[in-house]
Amino acid sequence: MAPPSAKQRSGSNKKAQLGLFAGYLAAGLGATLGALLLALSLWRPDTFNGLRSMASDAAAPVGEVGAAGRVNTRSFFESIAGYYDAGSKNAELEREIEIARVRLVEAEALAQENERLRAILGLTEADTRPVAVARLIGSSASSARRFAYLSVGRDDGVERGMPVTSPMGLVGRVLEAGSDTSRVLLLTDTDSVVPVRRATDNVVAFAEGRADGSLRIRLINLGINPLEPGDIFVTSGAGGLFHPGVAVAMVSEVTDDGAIGQLLSNPAATDVVVVQPIWQGEILEAIEEPLETGDPVD
Amino acid sequence: MERLSDTARRDAYGSKINRHHSPVLAYGMPWVSIILASLTPLLPIIAPAPILPPFGYMLLLGWRLSRPGLLPMWAGLPLGLIDDLYSGQPFGSGILLFSLTMIALELLDARIPWRNFWQDWLTACLLLLIYLVVAALVSGAQITLGHLYLLLPQILLSMILYPVVARFVALLDRLRLTRIRRIG
Repeated sequence: MAPPSAKQRSGSNKKAQLGLFAGYLAAGLGATLGALLLALSLWRPDTFNGLRSMASDAAAPVGEVGAAGRVNTRSFFESIAGYYDAGSKNAELEREIEIARVRLVEAEALAQENERLRAILGLTEADTRPVAVARLIGSSASSARRFAYLSVGRDDGVERGMPVTSPMGLVGRVLEAGSDTSRVLLLTDTDSVVPVRRATDNVVAFAEGRADGSLRIRLINLGINPLEPGDIFVTSGAGGLFHPGVAVAMVSEVTDDGAIGQLLSNPAATDVVVVQPIWQGEILEAIEEPLETGDPVD
Repeated sequence: MERLSDTARRDAYGSKINRHHSPVLAYGMPWVSIILASLTPLLPIIAPAPILPPFGYMLLLGWRLSRPGLLPMWAGLPLGLIDDLYSGQPFGSGILLFSLTMIALELLDARIPWRNFWQDWLTACLLLLIYLVVAALVSGAQITLGHLYLLLPQILLSMILYPVVARFVALLDRLRLTRIRRIG
């Protein structure tokens, strides 16, 4: 039971009344300031990025320990489970097959891409080296936005706009880089748009985040919807940000203008991710167009 | 509650001999616990959809409802600011919502000073509902009213977990007044 404290009942005491009034005034000013800052950060989403990366840099060690703990705990339980039944081993093999299946489709897509390029231009592409290998140390799990925090930052060469991938496929892209941590816009955020194509042919589409863990695949050429459940979409490379041929989503439900896709690389099941360089960074720089956070780059 | 004599050697917070309440602990405990709870986004939980309750806000509610007057009315500004730095919400939404909550609870205290836990829980449920819906609407994500069913699991989880948080606050509250041995 909440006891009414004497402080809060001002009565006819002038000093107490004044104190209470000052309290309301201070809280009201705080709320006003909050509203102003909110309006400012909705209008210019980048305004407070520096402050935020400083804060997450400061708290990063906590996250690192947590991420290491997550991996260790899981392997601990996995080894216990291994004694009890072969089911866990089976599950692991199934996971490997899943990865292999995705890899196979990716390879097919790559082969096709190569063939096409070679046929048209006779060009070969140099291998790309990853910028950094890192852990996802946290995510905005209680907010409607879908961000994740990464354990590497500017000091490791990470820059804004770089794609983040896992062995299963694309995870997202770097939204802002602090010195030791960076914030990643996950594919499922409603602001995330990735140009994709079907792995088997050239049906091009946009994959947009739906905030509930799935993606909305919007076909660019409307007409008869050729999609079927089970189709796998890979990045098309349009826009120059993402390398072509990285797995993104599998169609689970066909809609009028495209499909609903399930994310292939679920960030929750990902321990280690790789930060890739921007595919055609020089060209993008040459165009000198700022990479807006929300807009599709196409 | 049975009252102990003023001259008793012990009370509920430990021996009284050469031991006193620490002002740092007594006043700092709510602040530190709310700030630590605001750091939950750094827990290694990578959620595909909003699912985790807003622990910072829930602890603020817990402290404010169980110990009115311990947090000053302007506490929403600094605590909301720290919550904003980690929550992934646009900067300012926490400041605004935390401050408004402090004002709302002050008004509630003036109208209904004597409440039992069920009424506190009801208050917290109502405030959590408003907080989560408003926070989602101002989050900058393209969420319309039709998308709000996405928040349902999070809202229900927060409401159900409030008594646990309140119990935790009660534990911290007992810790807050522990008597500390004076050095020297």
